Amino acid sequence: MGSDLSAMKAVMLRDIKTSLRQPQDLLNPLLFFILVVMLFPLGVSPEVEFLQPAGGGILWVAALLSVLLSLDHLFRHDFDDGTLEQLMLQPQPLFLLVLAKSIAHWLLTGLPLVVLTPLLAVMVHLEGNSIGVLCLTLLIGTPVLSLIGAIGAALTLGLRSAGVLLSLMIIPLYIPVLIFGTGTVMAAAEGAAVAGQLALMGAFLALALTLAPFAAAAALRISLSNG
Amino acid sequence: MWQIFHKLGSPKWFYGIASRLMPWLLWVGVALFIAGVIWGLAFAPPERLQGNSYRIIYIHVPAAFLAQSVYVMMAVAAVVTLVWRMKLADVFVKSVAPIGALLTFLALFTGAVWGKPTWGTWWVWDARLTSMLILMLLYAGAIALGRAIQDEKSSARAVAVLVLVGVVNIPIIQYSVEWWNTLHQPSTFKLTEKPKMASEMWVPLLMAILGLYMLFGWLACLRMQTEVLVREGRTRWVKELIQQGGTR
Repeated sequence: MGSDLSAMKAVMLRDIKTSLRQPQDLLNPLLFFILVVMLFPLGVSPEVEFLQPAGGGILWVAALLSVLLSLDHLFRHDFDDGTLEQLMLQPQPLFLLVLAKSIAHWLLTGLPLVVLTPLLAVMVHLEGNSIGVLCLTLLIGTPVLSLIGAIGAALTLGLRSAGVLLSLMIIPLYIPVLIFGTGTVMAAAEGAAVAGQLALMGAFLALALTLAPFAAAAALRISLSNG
Repeated sequence: MWQIFHKLGSPKWFYGIASRLMPWLLWVGVALFIAGVIWGLAFAPPERLQGNSYRIIYIHVPAAFLAQSVYVMMAVAAVVTLVWRMKLADVFVKSVAPIGALLTFLALFTGAVWGKPTWGTWWVWDARLTSMLILMLLYAGAIALGRAIQDEKSSARAVAVLVLVGVVNIPIIQYSVEWWNTLHQPSTFKLTEKPKMASEMWVPLLMAILGLYMLFGWLACLRMQTEVLVREGRTRWVKELIQQGGTR
């Protein structure tokens, strides 16, 4: 058990360290996030009457898309240089190492998105209370996106047209998180209680934490046996 | 029991049993389906509120019914693929996924045609409509992944994992879509709220459903046979079969 934990910690720290050496890869999803949010006032309407009710949904969709965009990096580099095969040979169960990698992915993409959210939320005229709830839903929701996304990233590893295929497979699975994320923000804007919905999102997170790494580990084994 | 199970894994055995089964599935299915549809379209009484427009259920409901159960069948086959590495289970998944996607599309399309006279609009973001649309995308994802991976074994297991992940998610998606819908609009339309149907209405419907199931079975067998022939092209029994002129 102790060795499992220290292996997880080592994998996590390694992922964070190697990613920090490529800061552009970390910055791109954030820039993409800002760009997508910007398209809505430009493309639909800059009026407060549109942006205020739609703001929570816009930010959630933008966050979902930028997580999706960053998923390709989750295993790609390790797959190319053979690190992934080394990880599979470790005595520790693979799903724990996949879990560690997913957590690292969230710390590097999901968390910065949450930090950036208040700024963009002000720009789409969300109000104080809604901004807080929005950040909270993203804080609970983005790890679910990373965890489910790891399954898709593992399945499409080593394929040529991985990007579009990944979106096609993963977006339907993201729908529940999106619905509850935006629904909670809307309920908060109307002044309704949100504790129950936040608890449900927490349930999604618990489910994803316990089940997704198993599926992703199985998918990794399949993709690597292919090579 | 286990012997049958092992035999089922043999493509040759399957090919033989499927050829014997298929005429039955086809003709009984055609008879049931046509009889059900004709009875439903021409002879069943008109509905009290919707008049004749309700008659599209004799196509719509069987398609929707089957579209959902095909995914469950695929999930069962996916377990078999992953646990017992049975080749035929993968042949099944690959062969029926396009049929499932097509049936989902058919259900959505007939639903839209039905929605126009009843609700006054082709499409509403109703919970059931939306979850059917998501189901179609899940089928599309499984098909796309299967096509993208060249290696037969990896492709089989990867698709199996995706289908299983999908089947775990379907109840969650269904539940959250329902929740989302009730949050945004009160249940103006509900497909489920039918008046108690008269037996002249539901008997033909049941016949149409059973008929479509059998036709699905026939089409699945046909596609699986083709797939088996392609995959086993190098074995002796396939060569002998071809030399005999294709008949068994």
